[in-house]
Amino acid sequence: MSTATQTPTATDSGRTPSRATRLLGDRRLPVLVTATLFLVMYAAGLSRYANYGFGEPQVFLNLFIDNGYLLVAAVGATFVILSGGIDLSVGSVIGFTTMLTAWLVEKQGLPVLVVIPIALGVGAFGGFLMGYVIHNFEIQPFIVTLAGLFLFRGLCLVISKESISIGDSTVSSMAQAQASLGVGFLSVGAIVSLVVLAVAFYVLHYTRFGRRVYAIGGNEQSALLMGLPQGGTKIAVYTVSGFCSALAGLLFTLYIQSGDPLHATGMELDAIAAVVIGGTLLTGGSGYVLGTLFGVLVLGLIKSIIQFEGTLSSWWTKIATGVLLCAFILIQRAMTTRKKT
Amino acid sequence: MTTTPRWRALTQHHLFWPVAVLVLLLLINVPFTPDFFAIKMTDGHLYGSLVSIVLFGSPLILVAVGMTLVIATGGIDLSVGAVVAITGALTCSYISDQSDQGALAGVFLAMGIGLVAAVVCGLWNGFLVARMGIQPIIATLIIMVAGRGVAQLITDGQIITINSEPYKLIGGGYWLTLPFSIFVVAAVVAVTVALTRRTALGLLVEAVGGNAEASRLVGIRSRRIKIMVYVFCALCAGIAGLMISSNTSAADGNNAGLWIELDAILAVVIGGTSLLGGRFSIGGTVVGALVIQTLTTTIYTIGVPTQTNLVFKAAVVIVVCLLQSPKFRAKVFGARFGAKGGGKPSATPTDTTPSTATAPKMEVS
Repeated sequence: MSTATQTPTATDSGRTPSRATRLLGDRRLPVLVTATLFLVMYAAGLSRYANYGFGEPQVFLNLFIDNGYLLVAAVGATFVILSGGIDLSVGSVIGFTTMLTAWLVEKQGLPVLVVIPIALGVGAFGGFLMGYVIHNFEIQPFIVTLAGLFLFRGLCLVISKESISIGDSTVSSMAQAQASLGVGFLSVGAIVSLVVLAVAFYVLHYTRFGRRVYAIGGNEQSALLMGLPQGGTKIAVYTVSGFCSALAGLLFTLYIQSGDPLHATGMELDAIAAVVIGGTLLTGGSGYVLGTLFGVLVLGLIKSIIQFEGTLSSWWTKIATGVLLCAFILIQRAMTTRKKT
Repeated sequence: MTTTPRWRALTQHHLFWPVAVLVLLLLINVPFTPDFFAIKMTDGHLYGSLVSIVLFGSPLILVAVGMTLVIATGGIDLSVGAVVAITGALTCSYISDQSDQGALAGVFLAMGIGLVAAVVCGLWNGFLVARMGIQPIIATLIIMVAGRGVAQLITDGQIITINSEPYKLIGGGYWLTLPFSIFVVAAVVAVTVALTRRTALGLLVEAVGGNAEASRLVGIRSRRIKIMVYVFCALCAGIAGLMISSNTSAADGNNAGLWIELDAILAVVIGGTSLLGGRFSIGGTVVGALVIQTLTTTIYTIGVPTQTNLVFKAAVVIVVCLLQSPKFRAKVFGARFGAKGGGKPSATPTDTTPSTATAPKMEVS
């Protein structure tokens, strides 16, 4: 794959650094573009649906409430993608967590406070196993996490083919808990997702582990030659992703209050799309977790605009996501071409 | 590939394991269904487990054959499932608009429209990968995400059902006592093998996969080869889409061809084609696809609950990948297996000493 990205560099001859190319070289550009896009879309929504209550603060806060689980999953995916890998098992782990939680709470009668650490531990352990195989046996992350996708989706079905609804009072009180912000409220899920985002921001930008993630994503060979503990970092990255997916699964369970073997099918694509739209390079080594936030917000905004529009059907979400994905990939492409010459 | 006899020996070794797995899976069925290999003749049609394995596996074989060539160039195509859905949706919606759904001309035109759409998807993928130089996983992700939306847009979110005799033939009909789709698959596989192994095309594809830049400098039009390969893959997916929608006489934008890209990649990997590109085996892929279909059938016949199907599949992926990993072989089987495994076309066939730690990476870059 690295060969594919190198081909155009030989043919490119424009080397004079003009203002445009310098702008393109700025690593923060994609995040800014996404943030601008979000603001423009929000403004467009405001002007178009002003009479339908789009301007209410709660509509904005609902973006976090309705997409909190996606944000957590996307943060996990950001770690993996920054390190130059990919995790396709996100959606399945989310589905599996909803199923496991529902099963443990409803059928086994375990208290929720016991179930939560179990679910998180299982997700993190799954991620650890995938990271272990990827690092120690040098199999492509794509294939290993694909196996993870099958495995967790299969385990969902092994637990039960039917969906299990959760009637537990602790769960429903947690799901209905609201934190008032004066102009509106946030749910538990939204707050947890924002905390996860803040922790991820700190870890990626202010700790040694975060530096290593960037270094390995930038150039694995040089990271190895510099003496960075590559294996540990790689395994840790997939563990983080597994943990985040499980946490996202718990939030999803809260949001939807049931476990279903088909929950969150294809969520990994939404997570990856959010990361890419947020400006993280898929080759790894460059990007910001804040960008991921904007990526998730843009995807969420598309959904709410389609709801407000009323006449548009749900599949326009997919088409719009695809078009955005395409535009941002092309921007990334323009950036990397400039960097290599 | 220095000498022809050695290359032949490699090919034989290379197909040995996939075929062994297939035979083993088929034999597992015998204790559970004694007449597993029996083929009956009813109403002039052949029936039997073997026939149905090939029949139900045929869309997967088609997609996997296209995928093999893409993977041989070092790429990957995630959009095939969406292409399957788009082709089925377009074709069925065109046929359902006809006043006479059985008219041959209308059916052919509808299939033509569907396949043209598939080719357009392939051209787009090829354009992004070869011209824009975007990573194949990402480039094809676009159509994977947007394609299902487009398919649902075409069918208006409904499942379009049609009632067309001629169209039914391609996926569910019989010809010369065998399911017609088997002939379609055989034709596609034969043409692909002829084009890649009887002409220089296969060598060119492998050269591009081995090192796109080097092959360009040698004078191979690597971009053109890449675009061609993606178009071919999409075309195969399109034919598979016709087959799936014809078999069920319906187009389902949401579920047609769901996960088929993952199954196809799995089939290619089981068949022994390296995901790093640079070499491929169409025969291995066909066997790999049959292994997957047989696995599904086996799970049904031996009475394991069907929901464990995916867990089994996951186990197979992991085992096959571990066996293909030189490092794993070195660790688990030690030098003894390393010497035996020399016949396998792995990255470092004979040398499985600790130096392999860096060897595969060298080949990628």
